[in-house]
Amino acid sequence: MSFADVTIKLLNGFGVSLALFALTLVISLPLGLVFCAGSRCRFKPLRYIVRGFVYIIRGTPLLLQLMVVVYLPGIAFDTPLTKWTVFGGNVSAAYFFGALAAFVINYACYFSEIYRGGIENMPKGQYEAGQVLGMTKSQIFFKVILLQLFKRILTPIANETITLVKDTALARTVSVAEIFFCASEILSLKYIIWPLFYAGAFYLIFNAIVTGIFNYIEKKLNYFRA
Amino acid sequence: MSVLEVKNVKKRFGESEVLKGIDFKLEKGEVLAIIGSSGSGKTTLLRCINFLETPNEGEFYIESEKIFDAKDAGSLNEKTIRQNRLHFGLVFQSFNLFPQYSVLKNVTLAAELLEKEKLKAAKASRTEMGIALKRIEKHALELLDKVGLKEKKDAYPCELSGGQQQRVAIARALALNPDVLCFDEPTSALDPELTGEVLRVIKSLKDSGSTMIVVTHEMEFAKNVADHVIYMADGVIEEDGKPEDVFNDPKSEKLQNFLAKSLEEI
Repeated sequence: MSFADVTIKLLNGFGVSLALFALTLVISLPLGLVFCAGSRCRFKPLRYIVRGFVYIIRGTPLLLQLMVVVYLPGIAFDTPLTKWTVFGGNVSAAYFFGALAAFVINYACYFSEIYRGGIENMPKGQYEAGQVLGMTKSQIFFKVILLQLFKRILTPIANETITLVKDTALARTVSVAEIFFCASEILSLKYIIWPLFYAGAFYLIFNAIVTGIFNYIEKKLNYFRA
Repeated sequence: MSVLEVKNVKKRFGESEVLKGIDFKLEKGEVLAIIGSSGSGKTTLLRCINFLETPNEGEFYIESEKIFDAKDAGSLNEKTIRQNRLHFGLVFQSFNLFPQYSVLKNVTLAAELLEKEKLKAAKASRTEMGIALKRIEKHALELLDKVGLKEKKDAYPCELSGGQQQRVAIARALALNPDVLCFDEPTSALDPELTGEVLRVIKSLKDSGSTMIVVTHEMEFAKNVADHVIYMADGVIEEDGKPEDVFNDPKSEKLQNFLAKSLEEI
């Protein structure tokens, strides 16, 4: 297998990795806000349920969660994901969206805790300064708090995002044809090992881009101290 | 007629009663200094007046009109509370400027939001909005000039010294033209060499007729600037009167001890 053949195969796989990465991020960032609202809810039963759920998700391996989401419907309820009508018999789509669901839930839990920490550590004085100036609750949140909060949570969000890039490799355990899946396929069919390291380079380069973007945003927000 | 009248204000936090019935009146243009040791309830009183805490009992009157009664506190909506707050301005011990906004924007922000809300409700045109915003900016620049920071209008809070930040905070509180401007230990977080510039600004506000309540540990300032001094101890007004009487002729033993300790030379 030539270098070009391997590159094409890995690029295909990397497309799947990127889709998984981007969709997870786009869905879990706002979903984390919902979980965060739940874990700060004044209605205690809801708060405990959400916090318990977040505890379980953060306390168990993502690998296990992937298997539960993808295989449990088939094992426990006799309705395997691959037979769901929404996927129209497209087996790889079924695995992909199953994995996506597991990633989204896992990352939303982590993000919700990052948000919660950020909100709870905001100095009370900022809210009070807005209050005594006659601002409404929503004005205080959107005009005063939000940007400071964003700045405060940017670093932990960047950490999670970089971890997510690499975590997408776990999707191969549930038959998603992402880049590592492709590289190991080459290994088992052709007995060549270097595509595995080549795949590693893809992650490295992509993470360089992600890091660059976060550094840029951080720099943009450097004009004030929050 | 008094600008502000506070009647029988009581505040409890759980078991402990922090304010045990506070009454006082404030005339227009008058400066009231509140002194007393930490934990005597000074700050809580100021926070009640600014509706950051809700008293368990008591009433507030602005120009003889009742704006707050603890009996109806449960039914107050956010709108009324906001309206009530606008009678007062509060300058915090720790400034609490909005770090992401320039000095000018810190001063104009609340006024702009309020004006936009008003004009939107009145379905005003864009030009009217523009004129209103220009007027707010002009007023803000005048206020910054008053506190001596006009040339810093484009700076961000983190680029200013504590004294400068506090002066911006004073301008910000004045931007909404409050009836009563309150200060919660405005110089306690400042280095000694910076307290002077802030106190001078407060003194200049008195000369231009602002009505103020100043919670302070600066005894000299209270003595020289205030028209009226209240000494608080354990949630009650232990003694009050003209500064010369309170400082030169303290009646209660508590105040005598407090003053002796405050003025003690080391």
